[in-house]
Amino acid sequence: MPLIKIRDLHFYRGNRAIFDGVNIDIERGKVTAIMGPSGTGKTTLLKLIGGQLRPQKGTIEVDGQDVHKLSRSDLYELRKRMGMLFQSGALLTDINVYDNVAFPLREHTDLPESLIRDLVLMKLQAVGLRNARNLMPSELSGGMARRVALARAVALEPMMIMYDEPFTGQDPISMGTLVNLIHRINDAMGLTSIVVSHDVGETSEIADHIYLLSGGKIIEQGSPEQLKQSSSEWVQQFIQGLPDGPVPFHFAGPDYADDLLQPEENA
Amino acid sequence: MINWIRGLGRWGLGTFERLGRGHLFLMQMMAGVPSLFLRFSLVMQQLFSVGVLSVLIILVSGLFVGMVLGLQGYNTLVDFGAEESLGVLVSLSLVRELGPVVSALLFAGRAGSALTAEVGLMKSTEQLSGMEMMAVDPIRRIIAPRFLAGIISMPLLAAIFSAVGIVGAFLVGHGLLGVDDGAFWSQMQAKTDFYDDIMNGVIKSVVFGFVVTWIALFEGHDAMPTSEGVGRATTRTVVHSAFAILGLDFVLTALMFGDE
Repeated sequence: MPLIKIRDLHFYRGNRAIFDGVNIDIERGKVTAIMGPSGTGKTTLLKLIGGQLRPQKGTIEVDGQDVHKLSRSDLYELRKRMGMLFQSGALLTDINVYDNVAFPLREHTDLPESLIRDLVLMKLQAVGLRNARNLMPSELSGGMARRVALARAVALEPMMIMYDEPFTGQDPISMGTLVNLIHRINDAMGLTSIVVSHDVGETSEIADHIYLLSGGKIIEQGSPEQLKQSSSEWVQQFIQGLPDGPVPFHFAGPDYADDLLQPEENA
Repeated sequence: MINWIRGLGRWGLGTFERLGRGHLFLMQMMAGVPSLFLRFSLVMQQLFSVGVLSVLIILVSGLFVGMVLGLQGYNTLVDFGAEESLGVLVSLSLVRELGPVVSALLFAGRAGSALTAEVGLMKSTEQLSGMEMMAVDPIRRIIAPRFLAGIISMPLLAAIFSAVGIVGAFLVGHGLLGVDDGAFWSQMQAKTDFYDDIMNGVIKSVVFGFVVTWIALFEGHDAMPTSEGVGRATTRTVVHSAFAILGLDFVLTALMFGDE
């Protein structure tokens, strides 16, 4: 039985359909990637799974519980078993790295400070930043901030972790470190991981299964190898990063020649 | 014409929707306050940043307002040979009106804008969302302690403002203009009533603290998560707080002193 079961998901912003009847299964213990061009609602999907947004139609079950039918306290209990890594890291900027990782432990457990210290140092050691524990978030690079956020996300030993664009804006070394960490932590802790990304190369390295989203629907799904073999022009354009194809280079609108012949319109 | 009516309708609906959101936000904040008594350290931290860090501007402003009041009051009273009543004039002006109102306006500019910017930036950098996903309610953990700290700080700051203002007026009145110090203090003590004057001033400042902190936190929480959105929210906090303080001051003054 999958850990997350999404059925007939419909979500709209105004009149625009972000999801139009999406079905997704996230298998336990696997790394599942949700990919697609910018603006296709990948981050929105994570917020729907976390119960921060409510769909207009459809269900999202996490570990057998319908997220949007839970009471507030039950939803918060479920969230304690979900980790989420935000694109920006979302570290609390007024406290240092150590206190950021200790934050969920102090909020949700009655552990003595000596034990919290050991746990925090273990988590920071796992992401290679034990010796950066006294730095403030403003003193960290983007890659370091995400690693601290990863240490914080796994502090409560969750059953799953959601990564929102973990590789965006990273230099090759940081990117390699993050790819390695996500893979290693997933295996070592027996987690289920959902990686939302549009970085095809890095995500394909670690994903067991990939869903490709566009226009509110699942365009294609399968293992990275299966997607590479896909006959869909759209999939090939996305995977190979071609500038033109089914997704046009030019924003939809009037013809270029017609536009040039009507210069006063936007003048 | 149709567009104008449509625009008016959109503005009206938007305003009422925002008012509704503001009141729901207030209810959530109030619901979070009782649990703070079990974790009062959260409030203590905010008392420092909201209250203690506002003391300097309150001290300096209070001193100068008091000095100006002393100078202006003396020049008016001396025409009637009543300059020895300067202490009464200054204390009643400060305790009833200027202390609560001016310190609330300064509080909105100093602490209110800072609260809006802080909460707005926490929202735009996904810190509030991050907390929600860590199963920590940001309203209880971040917003409610600031709300309570604002309500506690405001009357204390207003009291400091009034006290320093009276000292400023005394320095000018006695030190510069030669008003008798015994008359200054004794008339002030005789004519300033604890319940009618001081407590009514305290009630005003509690109300102002409540409203200013509510506006500041709501604007921050409701801000568009962009730098422009946070900037606009900060401006709205100062403007709306000033309107609310001055409007409520009239209402409260009418209720407290209207039948004298």
